[in-house]
Amino acid sequence: MNNPPLLTQDGRTLAEVRADFPMLQASENERPLIYFNSGATSLKPESVLQAMTEYYRSYGVNVARGVDAIGYKATNAFESVRAQTAHFIGARQAHEIVFTRNTTEALNLIAYSYGDAHVEAGDEIVVSETEHHANYVPWQELAKRRRAKLIVVKPDSNGTVTPALLEAALSPRTKIVALFHVSNVLGASNDLKALAALAHTAGAVLVADGAQGIVHSRPAVADWDVDFYAFSAHKLCGPTGLGLLYGKQTLLAEMAPWQFGGEMIDVVDVFDSTFAEAPQRFEAGTMAIAEVIGWGEAMRYIDRIGYDFIHTQNLRLATRLVEGLQRLDTVEIYNPHNAANAVVAYNIKGVHPHDAAGIYDREGISIRAGHHCNQPTMRFLGVQSTLRASLSFYNTPEEVDHFLEVSTKAGDFLDVLF
Amino acid sequence: MTSSSDQSNLFRQIIMDHYKNPRNKGLASDPRGYMTVHLKNPSCGDDLTVQLLVEGEVIREIRQSGEGCSICCASASMMSELLESSTISEATEVIRNFNLMVKAEPFDEEAIGDALSLQGVSHLPQRVKCATLGWQATERGLERIRQNRLAGEDSTGLSQGGHIDADVEKEENYEA
Ligand SMILES: Cc1ncc(COP(=O)(O)O)c(C=O)c1O
Repeated sequence: MNNPPLLTQDGRTLAEVRADFPMLQASENERPLIYFNSGATSLKPESVLQAMTEYYRSYGVNVARGVDAIGYKATNAFESVRAQTAHFIGARQAHEIVFTRNTTEALNLIAYSYGDAHVEAGDEIVVSETEHHANYVPWQELAKRRRAKLIVVKPDSNGTVTPALLEAALSPRTKIVALFHVSNVLGASNDLKALAALAHTAGAVLVADGAQGIVHSRPAVADWDVDFYAFSAHKLCGPTGLGLLYGKQTLLAEMAPWQFGGEMIDVVDVFDSTFAEAPQRFEAGTMAIAEVIGWGEAMRYIDRIGYDFIHTQNLRLATRLVEGLQRLDTVEIYNPHNAANAVVAYNIKGVHPHDAAGIYDREGISIRAGHHCNQPTMRFLGVQSTLRASLSFYNTPEEVDHFLEVSTKAGDFLDVLF
Repeated sequence: MTSSSDQSNLFRQIIMDHYKNPRNKGLASDPRGYMTVHLKNPSCGDDLTVQLLVEGEVIREIRQSGEGCSICCASASMMSELLESSTISEATEVIRNFNLMVKAEPFDEEAIGDALSLQGVSHLPQRVKCATLGWQATERGLERIRQNRLAGEDSTGLSQGGHIDADVEKEENYEA
């Protein structure tokens, strides 16, 4: 119970970290929000908001157009985040990073650009049974477009796609393997390095959905040898509206663009055009410039916090939460062994998850109820929907204790009406 | 005059009763002649089917079946009990009053029977979509029957039935 005080990389306490987040500050007459829904999107620290405001207030012009000094400043700020992102996730080169709208768009980009060019009738695409819709539906659609076969791997009881399970699903016709890094409902982790090696022996590429993975540990995409790694800035203290796609330089270089217009062209002739090199060829139109700049600050912020702090905090909090729920015989937990990734999927017996969520909401606790954009996982668990508490490094043991107390009252769900 | 806590206890009992013992639950084994309306709320997973058997001006039968929270299920049960055997225009009036209630606008308390117990939803905008799902299904079904009749599709007076399958737009629940 008495853990030694934990400090961030830059020597600060949890209380000081919490002060970074405007949404965690109590407003007048109101308790501060207890936010247990970081799996949906994380809260944003003040410094990220400031970086974006600073751009808008002092150098808010478009990038890569023209030759003026202020345009240069904006372009420089924007492009430097590409290099920073590459470094952050262990990529070798800045131009292996493509800016997109979110993880979903990054995965669609791969499905349309790489997928349409490489998957033929009768080929196979491998996904798992517990993918987020973002890493499931684009492959379903690709399979339909190309008359390919979608092979759906059932994870082990913990929710993990082990190398042995993937190996059994591979064939000489496998062209794409698309798997989560960390799953958004069960919190299971996949060993991407081992899975990439297997995919490569079958002659396929490995596409990793890193939307949750990036939140819990620092990826090493080059070392792991994954071919693509997609994630969203908004899950890791960054702004909404920005996705990041890592693609191996050799793959991106030969991929065709999938959206057309300004910024992505080389020469536009009357009836034909040529296109810019990757990554610009995948970035049609004005990009989310302020968001890219905000994401740059989010990465600096995470470096100041440190993944060690994030990991230890998450593990302590989620362990406390899981152990607390296990003491309640009204609660059914679906993933008791994945505390390290701070996602707990559960239900209160006999109480519909929306009814239960209503009680948490009334007590100022934000959690998620529903299928979590992951109907495949609901089928895997054999339930319609669940509650999901997802924690982050800015949560506290006191919040967990309050959450546990409220969990005992969830049966009084009609109270919300009166 | 009852005290407000007496009233809230009564309301709780009514809601729990409809939730635990839903009225008109289960779909007709032979759906011919029924207007079947299947509505889903993809954002939360509520999923409800309502069947209407309409003869002339009268709703002879309402069946309902689905999956959702207590508010969604209890409300659909209340709706089915309240509107069965009423005429189309009576039903339309009841639905109108229910919709006013959940929007916290003035409404006729006498008109909506047990559904008055759900009045508290008007303070919970995020749950209005749960409470209205069954009512919306009936409203859409009746509207379709009316259109079919205008199109002259059923001169017999017995509705020919039909099928509607829709996701309820999320936007509907947000204030402008
Ligand atoms: C595992 C996983 N994949 C993909 C996504 C999609 O992310 P976005 O909505 O930012 O595209 C999410 C976010 O909900 C996720 O948790």
